[in-house]
Amino acid sequence: MPLAPAITDLEELKGHPALAHLLNWNSKAVQSAKFDRDELSITIDRFFVRDACAALRDYADCPFNYCSDVTCVDWYPSEPRFEVIYHLLSIQNKERVRLKVRLDGNSPVVESVTSVWPGANYFEREVFDLFGIRFTGHPYLRRILMPEDWEGHPLRKDYPVEGYR
Amino acid sequence: MILNMGPQHPSTHGVLRLLLEIDGETVLRIMPDIGYLHTGIEKTCEAKFYQQVVPLTDRIDYLCPMTNNLCYVLAVEKLLGLEIPPRAQWLRVLMNELTRINSHLVWLGTHAMDIGALTVFLYCFREREDILRLFEMASGQRMMTSYFRVGGVALEPPLGFFDKVKEFTVIFPGKVDEYENLLTNNPIWTMRTKGVARITAEDAIALGASGPTLRGSGVDFDLRRDMPYSSYDQFKFKVPVATEGDVFARYIVRVQELRESIAIVQQALEGMPEGAIKADAPKVVLPDREKMKTQMEALIYHFKIITEGFAVPAGEVYQAVESPRGEMGYYVVSDGTAKPYRVHMRAACLANLQLLPNMCEGRLIADVVAAIGSIDIVLGEIDR
Repeated sequence: MPLAPAITDLEELKGHPALAHLLNWNSKAVQSAKFDRDELSITIDRFFVRDACAALRDYADCPFNYCSDVTCVDWYPSEPRFEVIYHLLSIQNKERVRLKVRLDGNSPVVESVTSVWPGANYFEREVFDLFGIRFTGHPYLRRILMPEDWEGHPLRKDYPVEGYR
Repeated sequence: MILNMGPQHPSTHGVLRLLLEIDGETVLRIMPDIGYLHTGIEKTCEAKFYQQVVPLTDRIDYLCPMTNNLCYVLAVEKLLGLEIPPRAQWLRVLMNELTRINSHLVWLGTHAMDIGALTVFLYCFREREDILRLFEMASGQRMMTSYFRVGGVALEPPLGFFDKVKEFTVIFPGKVDEYENLLTNNPIWTMRTKGVARITAEDAIALGASGPTLRGSGVDFDLRRDMPYSSYDQFKFKVPVATEGDVFARYIVRVQELRESIAIVQQALEGMPEGAIKADAPKVVLPDREKMKTQMEALIYHFKIITEGFAVPAGEVYQAVESPRGEMGYYVVSDGTAKPYRVHMRAACLANLQLLPNMCEGRLIADVVAAIGSIDIVLGEIDR
């Protein structure tokens, strides 16, 4: 089956509960949206991430009450360099949505969502450890997989696969 | 007093280190310390062709290699827009459920051994051996199977394979009865597990628990039924749920899952469709050996795929499957080349491990052992 082209028009995508709710809640927070391969990604302004997550969690018609995953993609050398990705799931409605935040490479900082889902704790620590993204308001932001005294962030694209020797 | 439990502790199922702050026998605070098995698989994936990543996925969670294979190949197939023939999909379901039984057997054996019931371990490993032999028949490997490929499965199962699986499905329900006879009504077992390491449904959801750990707290959610993949929607099975949220509830859920899985295997055997086991996509799927000996084109495609890989259209996909431990998710980003730009594995155990402080604080050290066993962690998956 050939791939359907991606839809990026906000008007066309308003049927999805997550996007409709976010636009209702605060249309300034939504930068763009993309529907590709049956998955919806919404890019959020970085100042609204925590509040957008809380709004989606508390949305009565389709509560995205489960944070599946937090991760990051490094688009080095282009700017904004980092994309922090949140995969949310609504257990009742069986819907998924992907939130994205773009962060610049010089000082990648974003507000932590641990106050919305305590379960994001380890995921954010992992992103901090491997990408060097700082999450403000995180209760215990320390390296989780690499040793405490490790230098550098291994999953960044400018970090060699074999490591520094 | 601060006490180190692990990293070399027999009941921490690998190399998990727990920092326990204790007062006598009571645990006041518990801090998991992980990362001892970190191998940087996600980074390694970025340097490999798409098809070369499959053997790496085996090594993440060494108790359910097929589930990891499945999740990864489904993600890449979604990126490619490939359609998989029904026989391959059903073979994948069959193998996946055998993997689930295999994984649950290791869990049950080691969990019971931690709590002091040594016999169950020997019983469980007896049946696990049968499953490993079946895997060896189909894929040539007992544990690191790498049986699924982008576009289908690697090989047609050999003659006699389905008969052996059928034999296993006939004897296995009786074996589950044996395990249950040893444990379910055993007063020592119930005392060590009932009411221990409780977690409520709200806490479990907020902390990101999934799989049997979530269903043991009364949340009726199973990706196989609720967001079906690989033709799971054509199978009939029940999703066991228990409401107590303690170690015993999680035990009951998993033991019932053993019975449901064997029922799915039976359905897969009875309804196994005929036909191809690989998708019709010569630029992605390796050609048959016979064709390579007679057709020039097949030889060229084979050479191209091996030396240059296959390009995947740019995009991103998050694919989740129900692994024996919960929601296993692969997030694959493609930039249009033959190597993945980013592969991220959402490890169910990593999220489930976060429940441990919630479960154990204020309780006895011996309960920590029962709690670790009941969330069924695999450190390879946590650390990746």
